[in-house]
Amino acid sequence: MSWDWQVFCEDTMERQVVQGCFGKGGDITYLDWMLSAWGWTVSVSLLALLLALLLGSFVGTLRTLEGRPMVVRLGNIWVELFRNIPLLVQIFLWYHVVPTIFPAMKGVPGFVLVVLALGFFTSARIAEQVRSGIQALPRGQRYAGMAMGFTTFQTYRYVLLPMAFRIIIPPLTSETMNIFKNSSVAFAVSVAELTMFAMQAQEETARGIEVYLAVTACYIVSAFAINRIMAFIEKRARVPGLIVAGGTGGH
Amino acid sequence: MNISLDFSFYNWDLISNFVLKGLYFSLMLTVVATVGGVLFGTVLALMRLSGKKWLGVPATIYVNGMRSIPLVMVILWFFLLVPAIIGRPIGAEVSAVVTFIAFEAAYFSEIMRAGIQSIPRGQVFAGQAVGMTYGQNMRYVILPQAFRNMLPVLLTQTIILFQDTSLVYAIGAYDMLKGFEVAGKNFGRPIEAYLAAAVLYFIMCYALSWMVKRLHQKIAIIR
Repeated sequence: MSWDWQVFCEDTMERQVVQGCFGKGGDITYLDWMLSAWGWTVSVSLLALLLALLLGSFVGTLRTLEGRPMVVRLGNIWVELFRNIPLLVQIFLWYHVVPTIFPAMKGVPGFVLVVLALGFFTSARIAEQVRSGIQALPRGQRYAGMAMGFTTFQTYRYVLLPMAFRIIIPPLTSETMNIFKNSSVAFAVSVAELTMFAMQAQEETARGIEVYLAVTACYIVSAFAINRIMAFIEKRARVPGLIVAGGTGGH
Repeated sequence: MNISLDFSFYNWDLISNFVLKGLYFSLMLTVVATVGGVLFGTVLALMRLSGKKWLGVPATIYVNGMRSIPLVMVILWFFLLVPAIIGRPIGAEVSAVVTFIAFEAAYFSEIMRAGIQSIPRGQVFAGQAVGMTYGQNMRYVILPQAFRNMLPVLLTQTIILFQDTSLVYAIGAYDMLKGFEVAGKNFGRPIEAYLAAAVLYFIMCYALSWMVKRLHQKIAIIR
């Protein structure tokens, strides 16, 4: 078996090797295509992460409210619903079912639907982390807030949440890495991300090993980068002596 | 809102023709990958805990490598590589089984490693003190306790594995989701098919995770 890395310098249309490996004018090479696919993977993941953090923090907080069993139950239903349906099925639901049932969603690009699917899916997992983070705090913290005359909102805003977020950074790191890996499922609805590129370029060039190696390297570099960034944040923000065990499970 | 759903095309014939075949494959894949993954994963965990570099380093690279690549990419890799290595084409289903054992082993090995490390050192010394070999010590003292401690986490991972079997979509293997999809296409009712698939996955996973929760409480009381 011989390597042929030249394939990345080929024009995607005429399959001619282009000087300098980057396409000129309107033409693109496989390298150009892969870098743009990497960009799509990063954009889908980061937008979904933002959505998941917002929704997940909100739902996770609701699940710890005291004396509000209905709200807690709604939060639990949210988590169970998004946790017990496979991500691929959820993506199909957003892509095929939601636009049919809500005509207003017709014409929304697939990219947005995948961000919504991935964001809602991950929000359930982040809600679980946020809840365990808040519940890991000593009960005295909540009472201290109340004793100061804080409202419930103020107790969460100034006492509980700042601590909770700092102690759940390790599980949030693995969720962030999961979201990058899970973004690969977007291939199923033809979002032009890395896995989609891998499948199509493999078919067109018949150079599967080189294409897959390059894509795998992109994923590993992404995972490593997130790991380093989160380690830096953790070093700055961690609370000595208080740490929640890392989340298990999930891919 | 504009809902005009029609589930009337779901009858027993359709379910047994399209869905059951896929459901059978999804369950088979889950069971085989769990058993194979736990066995291979235990070996990987023991290699990492052995304290010998030539065993530990390859196992660490394998586990961390698998864990930083998306499952879909691993599925594609095996579908490409396995036929090239054994020299003849294989079906998507066989490829999926091999992939899932290899992939899940990395996750199971992390669970097993945590389980083995949760056993107090005194247990190891006790085994050595009564003259057990390494193998006997593992077989009779450490692993039975580790498995028991780790059972809820192992089962939770199995539920995730069951959900992940839907990703064999990438190589066109016929699993439960595929069964629903084919049924939906044949009857021109894709919306109902996806909804039914989601409901069935939800019921199965929810029931399983409820049982795991019960088991967890039971084990926690005994300990």
